[in-house]
Order: sequence, then structure tokens, then C-alpha cells
Amino acid sequence: MVTRTSVLMLLGRVFVQAFLVALAIVVIYPLLWMLLNGVKSNSELFANPFALPETWRWENYVTAWNRGVGDYLTTSVLVTVASTVATVLISAWAAYGLTRVKIPFNRTILILILAGLMLAPTVALIPLVKMFQALGLYNSFWALLILYTAFRVPFTTFLIRAYMLDLPLEVDEAAAVDGASKARAFWQVILPMCRPIIISTILLNVLFTWNEYLFAMIFTSGGALQTLPVGLTNLMAKHGTDYPVVFAGMAIAAVPVIVLFFAGQRYFIRGLADGVGK
Amino acid sequence: MTVSNAIRRPAPSASGSDAKGLPKGRQTRSTARRWRNLVWVLPAVLLLCIFCYLPLVQNLGFSLLKWDIYSGRQTFVGADNYLKMVNDPIFWKSLLNNTLYAGISILFQVFGALVLAALVEGLPSPRLRGALRAIYFVPSAISLTVAGLLFYFIYEPRMGILNAALETLGLGNFTQAWLGQENTAIFGIIAMSQWQGFGYCTLLFAVALQRIPSELFEAASIDGVGPVRRFFSISLPLVREMSSLMMIVTVSGAFQVFNEVMVMTTGGPNNSSQVLGTWLYRSGFVRNDFGYAAAIATAVFVITLVLAVLQLRLAKRRRVEW
Repeated sequence: MVTRTSVLMLLGRVFVQAFLVALAIVVIYPLLWMLLNGVKSNSELFANPFALPETWRWENYVTAWNRGVGDYLTTSVLVTVASTVATVLISAWAAYGLTRVKIPFNRTILILILAGLMLAPTVALIPLVKMFQALGLYNSFWALLILYTAFRVPFTTFLIRAYMLDLPLEVDEAAAVDGASKARAFWQVILPMCRPIIISTILLNVLFTWNEYLFAMIFTSGGALQTLPVGLTNLMAKHGTDYPVVFAGMAIAAVPVIVLFFAGQRYFIRGLADGVGK
Repeated sequence: MTVSNAIRRPAPSASGSDAKGLPKGRQTRSTARRWRNLVWVLPAVLLLCIFCYLPLVQNLGFSLLKWDIYSGRQTFVGADNYLKMVNDPIFWKSLLNNTLYAGISILFQVFGALVLAALVEGLPSPRLRGALRAIYFVPSAISLTVAGLLFYFIYEPRMGILNAALETLGLGNFTQAWLGQENTAIFGIIAMSQWQGFGYCTLLFAVALQRIPSELFEAASIDGVGPVRRFFSISLPLVREMSSLMMIVTVSGAFQVFNEVMVMTTGGPNNSSQVLGTWLYRSGFVRNDFGYAAAIATAVFVITLVLAVLQLRLAKRRRVEW
């Protein structure tokens, strides 16, 4: 009897493992298909979708790069770096002000910032377009920088603040005894101590900005500068029949964030977990 | 994302002496310093007020106006846009599609991901656990634009792998133009979204399950409790709060869908895969009916607000002590 249940258990375990591994293959296969299609020829693409390419046409990647993906990538990098730096700095200042400095209306300000977590960008879209047109910032780098920062500050502040609350106050007192001003204590003591959560928030913001579509499409579609998500749809519209090049462009957009995720997995998971269920 | 109980946690008072009980001169100086300290939060507050809250209020005003397409002149029309909305079949179609999106996502991304996380966490090898969690998450790292385009091609009748796979499996009868037909388009998009999002939820559930003390499982095993019952009697109740939160986050996300629909079908064919986000976009930016688009935005706002309030209430009730 005991052996029978243990045999069943073993079978069950083998079955579960096989299922989970099979699922992993099914999940990852579309991405491999995308990478492979990027090095095929157009006719190979239609002949047998599962076949490997006969010659690996890496020149498709060069073609994609030259047809605008290079420019989209540059814009994406610039917007991502600028808005991530702005978001994390502004959020860290706010978190510091809310947790370790005496300010009037502390609670009101806290609620004001964190309530932004619940705002859907679509709700503010129409007035924002009118506002940026009036400011002359429509179709500009600044529109994206400002919008990404404004809409990411609540979440980023939320994460950094939670982390700062757990740092002992003795640290600040020691800094004050040493004669450090609040500003110096922030830059030289507290901010370095928040390193893990700062890395998490940087990664999450990079992921968000790199992939964002709604604002990028509406606020920069007419201009010369476009980020990868918008640029890819243009590539598709303009050279839609040259499919391998479109696949190569998609791969160029996807690979950096996948690499980034694997490199910073620990920090990603921490940020995501703290964000949803601290 | 949740505000959680963070708001209720008292902020530790900053170092230095309290203003109370000091001579008058020192007290006002310290009040002045407190006001000056606002500089720390000022950038965040200004950004939010100008670019998040002000547009939110303006949107309500816009929804009561009618824009003339050519002259750009605005006239006050009262509730006309809202009346138009409740009589617009495409608005209801969009709302229905968002609801479908929410329902299917709850099934796969909340319940499915929870079961999956429990299965993964039950594996003996920590390396396999880590690898599976990471692989499942990869689709969540790429953009919805890339994912949407990718599935556009997967569904494509001539080169796509879905029809090819069905043929190989002898299910050739089921091959079709998935995104080209009114009755399958929205489901094709929703299926893509499950592929893209389930790994994210699995990862979060895995973290929640890891926080359950292993002694509970060990004690249950010793008492002869099998894995299925351990899941229902230990894992499920102890991650219930995470599940509720995930459910709200998922539903809230389902009502804000835009990117994937835009990339895969732009709401077609014949508006069959339209969602609130794309219908708002089309009304405002293609048909230049900004007032009507603002009214749809208000509907989205009300839906997400209700969900946010629910989320806050849940977050307040949290705090299960293990």
C-alpha cells in the first residue's frame, strides 16, 4: 500500500515536471520563432514556418537598423535614460522628505503622491494633448520626458518610501551630530543605503519606458523622433511586405530588455513583489 | 500597484528637537524651516498636480463640450456626450470586450498563475524552479508592441505558426484568419495577453508562496496530508490577499487595454475588437470628437476609481500574521 502511493506520487511528480517544462517550451518558442524569422528570406518565411533558415541572413538586422530602427533605438535610449534618472531622483527626494524631514501637511502630501498610483493615463489623455499643444511641446522629447516622469513618480516614491521607513533613524542622528545638513545626509548617507531599492526602481522604470506605447504614439507620432514601440509599427506599415526585416526590428527592440531582466533578476523580483504586496 | 497600508504607517519624526515648548523666536524659525523643507517634495507634487490631476479635472469639463472640427470652436452641450455614449453600440461593445478581457485574465492570470506557481514551488530542484520562473516571465519583459506584432504574425493565415501547427496536428478544419474575423479577433488578442502576462503573476505568487513558513507544509506532510489538500488548506488561504490584489490589478489593467489592440487589429474588423481605450482614441484623434472621447475617458476613470477603492479597502484589511 505504501509503495503504491509512493509510486503514484512519483508518477505525479514526473508528470508535473514534464508539464511545466513543456509549458516553458511553448512559452518561449514564439520568441525563438521571431529571432529565426529575422534571419530568413521572405520566401522561406512562407514556405515552412517551422523550418530553420538555409542561410542565416544577418544582413536583415543591418537593413532594419538602416530603415529607422537605429534612430528609434537611439531615441528610446535617450528617453529611457532621461526619464528614469528624473523619476528616481524626484521620487527619492520626495520619499526622503516624507520619511525623514519635518514638513507641513505630511499626510496630505503623501496621499496626494500615492493616489497617483491609481490614475489611468487614458483618462488624462485628451487634456494633456491640448496642454502640450499649447505649451509648444507636442511632438517633442520633452513631452515624453515630462509625462513618463509624472506618471511614474507615484509608484517609484511608494517603493523608495517603504524602504526608507525601515532604515533606522539613528543613522540620521549620527549624520546630524557630525554636522551634516539634511541635503548632505541624503546624498551621502541615506541614498547609498537605499541602493537595492534604487536599483529595483531603475530597472522597473527602464522596462516601463522602453516598452511604453500610448504616450509615445500620441505625443511623438508626427515628429521625427520616435521610440521603438512606435517606430516598429511604422516599419511594419512602410515595409510591411519585407517581413524578415520587421522581425529583425522586433528582435532588436526585445533583446535588450530580456538581457536586462536576466542580469538584474533579483532586483526586478524584489521591486515587483514589494510593489504589489508589501 | 497598491498603496497598501503604507499611508497608515506613522512616519518616524525627524531628528532634532520638537518645536513645542521653545521660546517664540525659535519656534517661528523652526516653522519657517519646516516650510522650507517642502522643497524635498515640491518637484513630485508639482509634476503630479500639473500633469496628472489638472488634466483629470479638465477632462470632466471637456466631456461637456462639443468641438467644431474645422474652426476648433467649443460649445457647451451639457450631458450630450454622455447621452451619445449610452446610445452608442460600439461603446457597449468595447465595454463588453474589456469585461471579457478582465474575466479571461482572472481565470488564467490569477487562478492559472496561482496553481502554476504552487506547482513550480513544489519542485525539488531550486535551479529548475528559478529557471522556470524566469522563462515564464520573459514575455512580460518585452513590449506589448513586439508581443502584439509577434502574435499578429503567429495568427497570420499564410505564414503563421498557429494554423501550421493545427494542420500538423490534423486539425486543419480549425485553421482560420484569427484576427480577420469578427467572432475570433478579440479572443486572439486576449490569448496573446495571457501569454504575455501570466509569467508576471506566477512570479508574484511564487514570492508570496515562498513567504509561507515551510514548517506548515512539513507538519502537514507528516500528518499525511497530500499535495492537493496542502494547496487548498495552506497555500490558498495564506495567499488569499495576494490573490485579491492581483485580481484587482488585473481587472484594472483589463479596462486600460490599448497597445495590443492598436497593434493587432486597431479595433477591427468592423469594430468587433474595439475596447474603451481604442474607441476613445478613434473618437478623439481620428474622428476629432474630443468631447465624446473625454466622456469615454470619464467612464474609464469611474471604473478604475471603483477598483482602486476596492483595492485600498483590501489593503487595509491585510496583515495576516503567520
